[in-house]
Amino acid sequence: MTDSQISKKKHLYSPEEAIGVIAAQSLSEPATQMTMRTYHFAGTAGIQVTLGLPRIIEIFDARKELATPTMEIHLLDDFQTTEKAKKVAENIKEVKLKDLVVSDVIDLTNLEIICKLDPKMLKELEIDMDAIKKAIKLKKVKVDVEGHELKVASTTLDVKNLHKLKYKLLELHMKGIKGVTQAIISRDGGEWVINTLGSNLKKVLKIEGVNPNKTTCNNIFEVMDVLGVEAARNAIIEQAKYTLDEQGLDVDVRYIMLLADLMTFTGEIKAIGRYGIAGQKTSVLARAAFEETKKHLISASIKNASDDLSGIVENIMLNQVIPAGTGSYDLFGDISETPPAASDEKKPVKKAAKPKASKKEPEKKAPVKKAAAKKKVEKPKTKK
Amino acid sequence: MVSKVKKITFSILSPEMIKNIATVRIVTSDLYDVDGYPVEGGVMDPRLGVVDPGLHCRSCGGGIGECTGHFGYLELAKPVLNILYTKAVYKLLKISCRKCGKVLSKPDEKKSSKDLSRNPPSKCPHCKEAKGKIKFLKPSTFYEEKEELSPEDIREWFESIPEDELKRIGFKGGRPEALILTLFPISPVTARPSITLESGEKSEDDLTHKLVDIVRINQSLRENIDIGAPDFIIKDLWELLQYHVTTYFDNELTGIPQARHRSGRPLKGMIQRMKGKEGRIRGNLLGKRVNFSARTVISPDPRISINEVGVPDVIAKELTIEVPVTKLNTSQIKELIKTDKVNYAKRPDGRRIKVGPDNKEELIENLAPGWSLDRQLYDGDMVLFNRQPSLHRPSIMAHRVRVMPHKTFRISPQVCPPYNADFDGDEMNLHALQTEESRVEAAELVDVKNNIISPRFGGPLIGVDLDQISGMYLLTRGDEKFSKRETLDMFSRAGIRMDLPDKEHFTGKDIFSLLLPESLNIEFRSSCCVQCEKCLNDGCKFDCWVKIKDGKLTKGTIDAAAVGALKGKIISRLHGLVDTDEIKTFIDNCGRLGVSYLAGRGFSIGISDLDLTADVMDEVKKRVEKAERNSDSLIDKYGKNELKILPGLTAAQSLETQILNVLAEGLNDVSEIVKEKIKESDIVSMANSGAKGSLINITQMAACVGQEAILGQRIKRGYFNRTLPHFKKGDLSADGHGFVKQGFKQELSPTELFWNIMNGREGLMDKSLRTRKSGYMQRRLVNALQDLRVNPNMSVKNSNGHIIQFVAGEDGVDPSKSEWGDVND
Repeated sequence: MTDSQISKKKHLYSPEEAIGVIAAQSLSEPATQMTMRTYHFAGTAGIQVTLGLPRIIEIFDARKELATPTMEIHLLDDFQTTEKAKKVAENIKEVKLKDLVVSDVIDLTNLEIICKLDPKMLKELEIDMDAIKKAIKLKKVKVDVEGHELKVASTTLDVKNLHKLKYKLLELHMKGIKGVTQAIISRDGGEWVINTLGSNLKKVLKIEGVNPNKTTCNNIFEVMDVLGVEAARNAIIEQAKYTLDEQGLDVDVRYIMLLADLMTFTGEIKAIGRYGIAGQKTSVLARAAFEETKKHLISASIKNASDDLSGIVENIMLNQVIPAGTGSYDLFGDISETPPAASDEKKPVKKAAKPKASKKEPEKKAPVKKAAAKKKVEKPKTKK
Repeated sequence: MVSKVKKITFSILSPEMIKNIATVRIVTSDLYDVDGYPVEGGVMDPRLGVVDPGLHCRSCGGGIGECTGHFGYLELAKPVLNILYTKAVYKLLKISCRKCGKVLSKPDEKKSSKDLSRNPPSKCPHCKEAKGKIKFLKPSTFYEEKEELSPEDIREWFESIPEDELKRIGFKGGRPEALILTLFPISPVTARPSITLESGEKSEDDLTHKLVDIVRINQSLRENIDIGAPDFIIKDLWELLQYHVTTYFDNELTGIPQARHRSGRPLKGMIQRMKGKEGRIRGNLLGKRVNFSARTVISPDPRISINEVGVPDVIAKELTIEVPVTKLNTSQIKELIKTDKVNYAKRPDGRRIKVGPDNKEELIENLAPGWSLDRQLYDGDMVLFNRQPSLHRPSIMAHRVRVMPHKTFRISPQVCPPYNADFDGDEMNLHALQTEESRVEAAELVDVKNNIISPRFGGPLIGVDLDQISGMYLLTRGDEKFSKRETLDMFSRAGIRMDLPDKEHFTGKDIFSLLLPESLNIEFRSSCCVQCEKCLNDGCKFDCWVKIKDGKLTKGTIDAAAVGALKGKIISRLHGLVDTDEIKTFIDNCGRLGVSYLAGRGFSIGISDLDLTADVMDEVKKRVEKAERNSDSLIDKYGKNELKILPGLTAAQSLETQILNVLAEGLNDVSEIVKEKIKESDIVSMANSGAKGSLINITQMAACVGQEAILGQRIKRGYFNRTLPHFKKGDLSADGHGFVKQGFKQELSPTELFWNIMNGREGLMDKSLRTRKSGYMQRRLVNALQDLRVNPNMSVKNSNGHIIQFVAGEDGVDPSKSEWGDVND
């Protein structure tokens, strides 16, 4: 510990404080006051994102598929103009063939699909017909380009299947990043920012003009893939904090940090539920007490597993003192010698029944706890 | 001291172990003979333990509570599968060789047993025997190359698997043939006690019913084998036996019809007893019923301290605390007995004697160290007090008892926020602590005064509330002067004992300053702040900048931001400054002083407080109409396809969003007018001081309710293309979609009332859904985090000893010992 930390000693945690339970309660008690109303407009841009209780659950569950994946893309200094920002946004937003098509017809006589494309759109998005022709990589298909008209003929299919082909064709990816359905530019504190619906951090960072140092995304797994666990941990903290703050709930960041650390300390993201941290505990009893009692007990018997009762629930189950807080320390007093001044005549023979209680009375708990804390390393061992 | 369990190991129960622990061999399915006595060799055999009071166990001689019961065993005529282990059996069959019993891979091969079972080799690498394909037909049939494997076959197969091969694949809990039952353990009767109904009829436990079935079928199977019955009969019976054994273990398996009680209720199998919320683990081991507790309705008492609880005398007489008689306390205890404050006495030999008027003289004579007494609660005892749902640590706190007449628990209204309690019929629980150790811990750690600062955000959970805030606000805001006599009056009404400084007149600020410790220095913005464009800080014209210097309130108004629960800045600052007793007294005094001032001044609200003058109402009306016109023009543009489309939205969505914005703006304008023009009254000072209510509430009552939203949008559902038959089809107007033009004080039109009720109902549904969702989230969070503890060196470890954080919370600061998460020194 550094000096500045020691100077804060009276503000520090007491040894053996059950910080986990307090963190869990601090995070979930305000959750009862959250709204279930999911959507909300984020900032000035018209992107709707999931918030409130559903979002918090999403974060703690470490879901891979988010209800509303979004990115906040910052731009390099050279790209801080409306035009350039717009360009970058255009490069990011996914364009499908159907976005460019004015009309699509199936020519039944020639078994062809004829698509008329919008020349204005093509020019705006800087897509030429050759590029489109190249992008159509469907199997067993012949593509012809006539001006702004696209003729696609199948070599094998009959009329019935031509409809399916048309659908496939129109869904083809032409430009931008797959999955990003919206990219909206807005000005945030003198800086151009692109907000998107749909995310793909890896690809966005490669796009020209994007500032890779500031761009973020709300999918924790993507952050983990691109930037590593530490970044993922920060993303969890930031996302959880943002969601709580947005609802006007005050929770100390330290608890969110603890939770994020717990979710990521193994080097990968582990969820809170039965397949994550709670399901991977070593204690058989703790797992059985949570969920899937049968499964855990049966597999324990096959593996000849044992439970060393080092956790909290295990000891509650056995009606034993829990190893946390004051339960972590034992009190020692030499009962045999020098009774307290008042009753110094002669102690009654049966010590077991009552002196236990009367003994502890004079000394208050606080000093005792500190003394025990200091000597805790050697004391419990000498006793056992 | 009772020895501690240090380790529990799980393994598979083998037939030898079953025989070893069993005391009885079960041979008959009969329970009782004609006289009603349990039959020997039946599943209620008296040697299996005792459940009837007064009887003693035939095996160990213990009575009820002493004898924990004894197992019996049943020899099965034919082996059956233990249904809980079918997965393990399937895996073993797939990865072992039928001929040599070895695992189908060489020891040096690095192949996991999972891989092996997924694609087993076609030949055994050890004995080159061809490997048949194993099929598992749920629930309990196995095939090897289309040929059925009977449990006998499987048992034989498993017997051939060598011990070291099992170790290699991680099967360490015993011999695999034990998964095929040959001996069936009969559980002790203590685990399945029968209940005698009022009519004298005996009602057996579900497991007993199941055991009777098993024994009966087993008997008839054995008889049929003995007489050489045809194969199909034997097979049928064997399958029936398998069914009964299966449902004994688990009666909720898919593919197996549930075994039912005569009444049609599904029977509870072993697994059903264990699992789930009301199962053995969560229902009986992790949560238990307790003695020495009481529960009743709560009601407020502003005169008692925050760490006291008023306990009805009837409860105080019933709840007891065990005290040992020592040389030191003999005389006190004798006094207690004389005044009928002791319910029971325990002699050194353990006999309990009820203390009554007849024997109390005699008891006092005999009393000596070594006795112990159950004494009733009296003033000053530490007890635990709790309100469910116990969502966080301050849901259970320790209070000091104050015995009072009447039948409710009395608590100070100031401790409502941590419990989230109100007095509309809430009940709370009280627990009398039984050991000296627990009482010390309660006083030092759990006492209300030590839990004023929330560990969640480092601010006060307990503070002055409601009328008490109104009182403080009105007292410190005005420049009313009080004579010394009036001040003393106020203090005595509040029950505050204090010497007043020698002064002729006291202002409200002076009076408040008397409660503050001299070391207090703080400046902050109070909650009555009017949000001027430029804040003048201590030059505030509205007296909204609180400045306290050396314990003297020089400027500003005391309100929710100063002393309120969840907000009070003075309370959180005091926390680091003075000890908890002083903070407790401060909060107590503030509350009582506030109410005491109000009692002298008078404080009431009425409907006329919300009256607005005719021209103000006109102005309000104009603004509302303007908002409506704006929304109409948007609808118009939408109809002409001229509407500004917002990025990422369709035209219809853009319209909805813009209408919502326009109407919200209109309501905002109205509330500005109301804020400005409403006459000063108690209802307004309630909102300003943060005691209760807000400007929005006042606006809604006095002028205009505004848009009622469902799922965050205008009301849409109802009839085809319209919300109610009062409107035209395709109507998009504000009226028809939930906009309420009137204030509550005026009259809502029928449709407007309907919108309001719709909104209210949505709130109710949302709440019930939310409670469930967040309840489950809390359970999962607690389960994931419960083992984390702070080590003496400030690192956070879990129960496996893994370090989660090197310094708890990165700086080791406990928020409950901080000021809003910060440390100010």
